Amino acid sequence: MKPMAQLAMVMNLDKCIGCHTCSVTCKQTWTNRAGVEYVWFNNVETRPGQGYPRRHEDQEKWRGGWELNARGRLRLKAGGRLRKLATIFSNPVLPELADYYEPWTYDYKNLTEAPAGDDMPTAAPRSLITGKPTDIVWSANWDDDLGGMPEHLDDDPLVGRLSEKVRGQFEEAFMFYVPRICEHCLNPACVASCPSGAMYKRSEDGIVLVDQDRCRGWRMCVTGCPYKKVYFNHRTGKAEKCTLCYPRMEVGLPTVCSETCVGRLRYLGVMLYDADAVTAAACEPDEKKLYHRQLDVFLDPEDPAVRQECERAGIPHDWIEAARRSPVHALISKYRVALPLHPEYRTMPMVWYIPPLSPIVDALAASGHDGESLDNLFGALDTLRIPVDYLAELFTAGDPEPVRASLETLAAIRNHQRRKNLGEEEDPGIAGRVGLSGQDLDDLFRLLAIAKYGERYVIPSAAAGDARSLEESVLGDGCSLEFDGGPGMGGPFGETSGQPVPASVETFHALKERQTSDSSADKPGGRRVNLLNWDGNGRPAGLFPARRKKEK
Amino acid sequence: MTSAGLLLWGVLPYVCLVALIGGTVWRHRYDKFGWTTRSSELYEKRLLRIASPLFHYGIIGAFFGHILGVVIPKSWIDGIGIDEHAYHLIATWLGIPAGLAALAGLAMLIVRRRTTGSVFDATTNNDKVMYVVLLGAICLGLAATFWNAAEGPYDYRTSVSVWFRSVFYGDPKIALMSATPIVYRIHAAVGMVLIGMFPFTRLIHAFAAPVFYMFRPYIVYRSRDARQLGARSPQRGWERVR
Repeated sequence: MKPMAQLAMVMNLDKCIGCHTCSVTCKQTWTNRAGVEYVWFNNVETRPGQGYPRRHEDQEKWRGGWELNARGRLRLKAGGRLRKLATIFSNPVLPELADYYEPWTYDYKNLTEAPAGDDMPTAAPRSLITGKPTDIVWSANWDDDLGGMPEHLDDDPLVGRLSEKVRGQFEEAFMFYVPRICEHCLNPACVASCPSGAMYKRSEDGIVLVDQDRCRGWRMCVTGCPYKKVYFNHRTGKAEKCTLCYPRMEVGLPTVCSETCVGRLRYLGVMLYDADAVTAAACEPDEKKLYHRQLDVFLDPEDPAVRQECERAGIPHDWIEAARRSPVHALISKYRVALPLHPEYRTMPMVWYIPPLSPIVDALAASGHDGESLDNLFGALDTLRIPVDYLAELFTAGDPEPVRASLETLAAIRNHQRRKNLGEEEDPGIAGRVGLSGQDLDDLFRLLAIAKYGERYVIPSAAAGDARSLEESVLGDGCSLEFDGGPGMGGPFGETSGQPVPASVETFHALKERQTSDSSADKPGGRRVNLLNWDGNGRPAGLFPARRKKEK
Repeated sequence: MTSAGLLLWGVLPYVCLVALIGGTVWRHRYDKFGWTTRSSELYEKRLLRIASPLFHYGIIGAFFGHILGVVIPKSWIDGIGIDEHAYHLIATWLGIPAGLAALAGLAMLIVRRRTTGSVFDATTNNDKVMYVVLLGAICLGLAATFWNAAEGPYDYRTSVSVWFRSVFYGDPKIALMSATPIVYRIHAAVGMVLIGMFPFTRLIHAFAAPVFYMFRPYIVYRSRDARQLGARSPQRGWERVR
């Protein structure tokens, strides 16, 4: 046994209202720079829907993740080492920008500078890639709230697997949101795909990262990740991905997406697992058993033998204690209400989801039934096959049983809590029907519905946490001319050369740049000062238009 | 021995070698972040899909052709039973397809770069200069091969190759090189310039060829460096204090 610790996340889809706050705050923090305009480390997808990039779940096309070869061993679906090197000169299955979307801005300048005329001037869209006028035809959440349905319904790869009859009813029956970040998998296909060995899994906390100094831009990771959560920065020529906000997590703060989640639906905590068992579990021939095999990989922090083994493996004591209090461990292993996203990709994902019960309650209520009644809910789970089958395609490779078990537990919590609120006598039968005790249902209610900050996020800080907080004042924080496109940016060999600036400083300057510029990302000279953001000090370049030469 | 000959065949090779080795070490030390293929596949894929492998496989073929003809002494080749005539046939009939593939691929890549707006926007002046030299070297190499096939056979293995190896002995045989046909001399000169500018252009990505991928385990684990606090390793010398 080789115990390792992993920082993992659980999202309670029942509470997601699809507000995209997580996406926006994540983008402001990490990807508001030139080169990653199209990149969303966190995005929220409406289901049913195509997702972002379009139809990324169609692995017959995108070849992400792992598959089993004839001998039952794991093989990258996009091909093994030799094939990777042979096709390195042009990755045959790399999504193009059009598969994500072409980022754009608006020509706001025209609003103030258009000559007087009969028509109101408009701010026409401009491509952020070429700077030329563009048509907006797609975006990261174009089919938000089922926009474009039923035109796009058949483009959902999961709907394609359901039967014909089901598809027609789908739209009226069911809609929910799935926020997605990098899964920080136990068996990451992106890491395995990287020819340079630049991608790695951190042994302390399992966060999967790209070493920007070692990445050579071969783009194999983008193909390898079945969730398409590794992105190519087209300005720097390097791969970038969700970092699970490691600078925050190291000091015990939740990720930005979790911190700013309006619905408070994200949970962060430690999972202990046996690294030696990962490959064997991922080799399970039956896709439907992959969920159970992954559960078996996790270690129970309440088991003294496990704790001893963890201490021996060098896992810090406070991490083991955090694993005992981990809400993620409770939701995944103890109550089994959380399920992995697409276990059939065999990457052993570590961002899990509690399937949404609300659409089923809504459907019941709409048909005139009591949506809170346990019998009605249990019955509905049997008759409303569509949602359960769809969720099963999403979370358990098509096996409806774990999904139903999870939804039944959620239904039991609702019913149990209603009886308490109405002052009725507690019915042990409710908890018994889902194999739990009344106390369990109370605890789950507290964790899921009350969802206190300190209980949602149990994050042991890295040992260097305290020293790290001093970093920004002690270490040089970059030159003030180092903003993107500024004179201090980039070495003599093009914009990407030279020493990198620390992430925090770079994003700060990029933010400043974006706020003070209204042209596309790489237009030299087109820069103007946005007076709304001007602090009144000095005379920044671009405050006044360039002085014209005196006419002779 | 003319002074031009001395400069071209006695001095330039060493300048280029110093630039190649020194530049690569310097870049590895100070510009790891800029060391990338700078791929434009995200912008445009249809043409790249054909042109890029065509060019790269062609240029790799040409590279190994140069190893065979210039680096390995003629006596060794003779020793394994390949005489001058057989070598000439091999060099012509493998060299021409490889050169043509590289040329066709590069031509397509340059056309693509010029005509696709987003790719052209991502092209630096450095790239443009490099493309001129690279295209020149390939064209001249092909010209020399064609000339050799039509007018020849000319055995450059007794002149160019001997000079090439003599450079590494520290005793460049300048007179040998000065006597070779003009097309070989121009090709060699442009080739040296290309080698000299190699580490200062995007060509540097060739040195990142990921051969170790064949031997490493699939999943890479790395420990958080306890000695390093920032997002980058501390720079040498004193940190700036404000």
